[in-house]
Amino acid sequence: MNFSDLVQDVVQKDTLASLAALQPELTICATIIAILALKVLAPGWKQIAFYLTVIGLAAAIWLGLPPEGGSIDVTAATVAQPIFTGSMVADSFTMVVRLALLGFAILFTTFTQVSAAGEQDDLTEFYVLMLGALVGMCLMISANHVLIVLLGIEMASVPCYVLAGYKRRQSKGSEAALKYAVFGAGAAGIMLFGLSLLAGALGTAHLPTMATKLAALIHDGIRPDQVALLSLGGLMVTVGVAFKLSAVPFHFWAPDVFEGATAEVAAFLSVASKAAALGLLVRLCAAFSFPPASEIALADLTSVRQYLVGIVSVLAAVTCTFGNLAAYGQTNMKRLLAYSTIAHAGYMMMPVAAAIALVGTNPDGARDAVASLVVYIGIYLFMNLAAFAIVAFLRNATGSEEIAAYAGLGRRSPGLTVCMAIVMFSLVGLPPLAGFQGKWVVFLSLIDAAHVNAGLWALLAIGLLNTILSLFYYLRVVRVMVISPEPLHREAPTVPLMSMVGSYCGLLTLPVVLLFFELDRLLDWARAAASTLFY
Amino acid sequence: MLNFSDPTVVLTWLLSAVVFLPALGALILCIVPGQSDKSIKGFSLFITVVVFLLTVYMALPAGHSASVGHFAIGTAGMQNMVNHAWIPSFDIRYFLGVDGISLPLVLLTSFLSVLAMWASWPINKNIRAYCALFLLLETGMLGVFLALDFFLFYVFWEVMLLPMYFLIGIWGGPRREYAAIKFFLFTLVGSVLLLVAMLMLYFASDVSRLSEAQRIACNLVGPRGTPHTFNLLALMEMGQMQNSPFGHALLWGQSLSWWAFLLLLIGFIIKLPAVPVHTWLPDAHVEAPTPISMILAGVLLKMGGYGVIRVCYPICPDAGYHLAWLVSGLGTLSMVYGAFAAMAQKDFKRLVAYSSVSHMGYVLLGIGAWSAIAGTNYRTDYWSMAMNGALFQMIAHGISSAGMFFLVGVVYERVHHRDLDKFGGLFARMPVYAGISMIIFFAALGLPGLCGFIGEVFVTLGAWNYSKTLCVIAASVVILTAGYILWTIQRVYLGPEYKGPHPEALTPMTRREIAIAAPLVALAIILGVFPQTLFQYTKPTVESMVVQKMADWTLRTDVRHSGSEGQSR
Repeated sequence: MNFSDLVQDVVQKDTLASLAALQPELTICATIIAILALKVLAPGWKQIAFYLTVIGLAAAIWLGLPPEGGSIDVTAATVAQPIFTGSMVADSFTMVVRLALLGFAILFTTFTQVSAAGEQDDLTEFYVLMLGALVGMCLMISANHVLIVLLGIEMASVPCYVLAGYKRRQSKGSEAALKYAVFGAGAAGIMLFGLSLLAGALGTAHLPTMATKLAALIHDGIRPDQVALLSLGGLMVTVGVAFKLSAVPFHFWAPDVFEGATAEVAAFLSVASKAAALGLLVRLCAAFSFPPASEIALADLTSVRQYLVGIVSVLAAVTCTFGNLAAYGQTNMKRLLAYSTIAHAGYMMMPVAAAIALVGTNPDGARDAVASLVVYIGIYLFMNLAAFAIVAFLRNATGSEEIAAYAGLGRRSPGLTVCMAIVMFSLVGLPPLAGFQGKWVVFLSLIDAAHVNAGLWALLAIGLLNTILSLFYYLRVVRVMVISPEPLHREAPTVPLMSMVGSYCGLLTLPVVLLFFELDRLLDWARAAASTLFY
Repeated sequence: MLNFSDPTVVLTWLLSAVVFLPALGALILCIVPGQSDKSIKGFSLFITVVVFLLTVYMALPAGHSASVGHFAIGTAGMQNMVNHAWIPSFDIRYFLGVDGISLPLVLLTSFLSVLAMWASWPINKNIRAYCALFLLLETGMLGVFLALDFFLFYVFWEVMLLPMYFLIGIWGGPRREYAAIKFFLFTLVGSVLLLVAMLMLYFASDVSRLSEAQRIACNLVGPRGTPHTFNLLALMEMGQMQNSPFGHALLWGQSLSWWAFLLLLIGFIIKLPAVPVHTWLPDAHVEAPTPISMILAGVLLKMGGYGVIRVCYPICPDAGYHLAWLVSGLGTLSMVYGAFAAMAQKDFKRLVAYSSVSHMGYVLLGIGAWSAIAGTNYRTDYWSMAMNGALFQMIAHGISSAGMFFLVGVVYERVHHRDLDKFGGLFARMPVYAGISMIIFFAALGLPGLCGFIGEVFVTLGAWNYSKTLCVIAASVVILTAGYILWTIQRVYLGPEYKGPHPEALTPMTRREIAIAAPLVALAIILGVFPQTLFQYTKPTVESMVVQKMADWTLRTDVRHSGSEGQSR
């Protein structure tokens, strides 16, 4: 067989089939090109970018839906399908998390349109950058190869650096963008080094093979220098992922970037970026703790799993606690939400630790743990988007993002205040709001895993304590809105619920209440998402 | 489609209407714009009245006719159960029902809600938000008393938290923010403990241990994805069986059920409240507006007691047996401490608040007096008596304390102070008011012929067999109670003339105020003279719970008792 035949063979057997699995991403790419082309051809048509983005995303969602057409069947598990000669994987985890990302992107696009209504800013570049980052995030969650991991992270990050400084004439935004870019580049460099160490030491860059090789290495007796090299590599990769997750101690960029960037960009960073990073974390952890289809190799990796559980749970505990404590002192709403985002990243890392702990003995439990993460992401998506949306609308109305500026809103804009209160209390995790269900499933999976790894009891206790801790700063926001007296020199803005802005907030808040009652439907999707992992 | 000839459908709608009608009302208030303050209040009052009528319908004795939803008096155990799937993955169900323990409390809640709503007439600030939160609060309270699924119970328990915080925090007195956050913090800690205990019990539960008959009795229906359950009735069965799944050792030599009991107990006595976790109560009461104080004292405190009776004891009987000293001791401590603290108060409302701590101590003592096993004199009657007394005391205190807070509010509205030293001579200025106050205050004092007496006597008698010391202390607290209440009457109502601020404002009670106080006075007298009205509801359930189930459990497991088998019964 000569070379050209080989190429022919690969193109026909692999690439074409792989492209079919990549339809949503390709649709987004086509949308980007279409927006840019129309921008040149019809420069006067301001709204075109918005409509094209929404249409493109809707098409991507439609193409990304499960084949049965919308409903998902947990029993008929899709088999994980490696695409592009194994560099990526198309399974139901990819499918569901991608759908969540795309759905979020549609909501996000309409949100930016609503909040920018009346402004003369051209949002074309904004949408293009957002879509570009989205493609990167989709790559992150379907990564099956070291190169795609890196490619995905970079593709998702670089547009975000630009987005952070999108408002050109604001010095704070530029500062945020620069800070973000420098931090991001550093983290990516360290991660690249870590990945190359791992790939070099294990002799492969294909993630599932890495676990098998690692198990073989341990089985044959691993040398101390290899242990040092591998642990170092693992730690360096952790740095890269922790940066994307804004996990402590790699969170420094988050408050500054959130404060400097617009509330819209902050919403995007805090939800989409985080969801993708968590998806990647699941992929990476699975890669190093679960060798496909080998019982012996699975047993060999026990020590690796303990190491990973240790890293992830310590990171989770520290991130959660630090985020909540640091949020206390904040007077700026976006900074407060930044720390809240950090704390929530901590909560969301907990089920990952549980999944790794469980995978050795109870893959079903591990799948449930991943499902609980997906549930949390699904709920978190609405909560945080709604929170940032309200912040953005209030910024438009008052020109301020300080919490103190919200005084008197309870009387002037009761509808918006109720929405904000619902979102804040959902972030605390009080029933009957969806945030409670997110924490509920996560804690249940932690209890399940604590029977395997007793250290997770401590993580559970920290999670519960943090729930109490977090109450006060969220409550303070609501307290300022409804209880604090209105300053004399100004009037709080009036945003009636029956306006474009008000009803949009109401619509975003509605799922935060409804998902509490419809947990089972969310769980079905989440279980389906996890159903192809760990086989 | 809805088929109203099907009794389960009717029942579902009836119970759901009781629980969610107020929430629906709150939603309507939020959505429908405009309207005058008066019509908003009127609408809210209308909703509470409808809910009250529905609960009265539920309490009517079931006759021979096929009318659905009435209460079968004389029957123990749960009735009118409604059970629907909610979150099948964790076997969380929408499971409601009533028995002789919960029904009186449901009635008390809906009744006091009507009165408190009507007492809210003078409130003028943000009336729409006030009414919406008030109605939401009512949903939470009724839900707690009706829920038979632990998860559902917990959710309703939490639902009350936020409305209460805002009702105190926005419409309260000068230190309202402090009081509201203190209330929130205490209750949230209690909720987290509750959550932990709930998870412990859930994961230890194992449905396969129950026989088919037990499963049917517990309404454990439908396909199950998990061996665990939140069904409170099933958890009770499991807790009381031999080799209970909750019996294994957990930590420091104590069993899972011991720890669960302790966590639940702390969670519930924060709400009750018992010394030493009562400190939120005086602050919350002093700052809360009058109607909210009525609800707080009349209903919210009862949730603590209800939780102990419904959850702690039946599910963890062995822990209850081993920790009876703790429960009774805390009860007695609260009684004594509350009475002394009440005596020292200068603020009228604070005094009433501490009297609540003291009176709720009786409830705890009555629940804790496990007199079935004390000594060798095995008599379940005493425990049953104490338990009935505790239930009666809860209702009686609900009536008398709501009345007292309302009466304090009446005079506060006129003279805008609550300083006991600046009152006096109200009898001459407001004779009707003073007369009503006398009855309500004497009911709280425990004067024979009024409602407070029955509960206290039953509890004290029941406790005698458990511990003579505690019984003597409990009995002597009556003297302290008489002391501070008589002293209060003397300082406020008697004396030659009123010398405090705003004497001109001391106008007689309005017709609305009399109409609110009158039913409370009537109930205080009816229950005092004819306690059977209440006991006929509570007794069968208590007998079955105490005499049959718990005493059986004690007979099986009690070490102290096994030596004296011959003398028993």
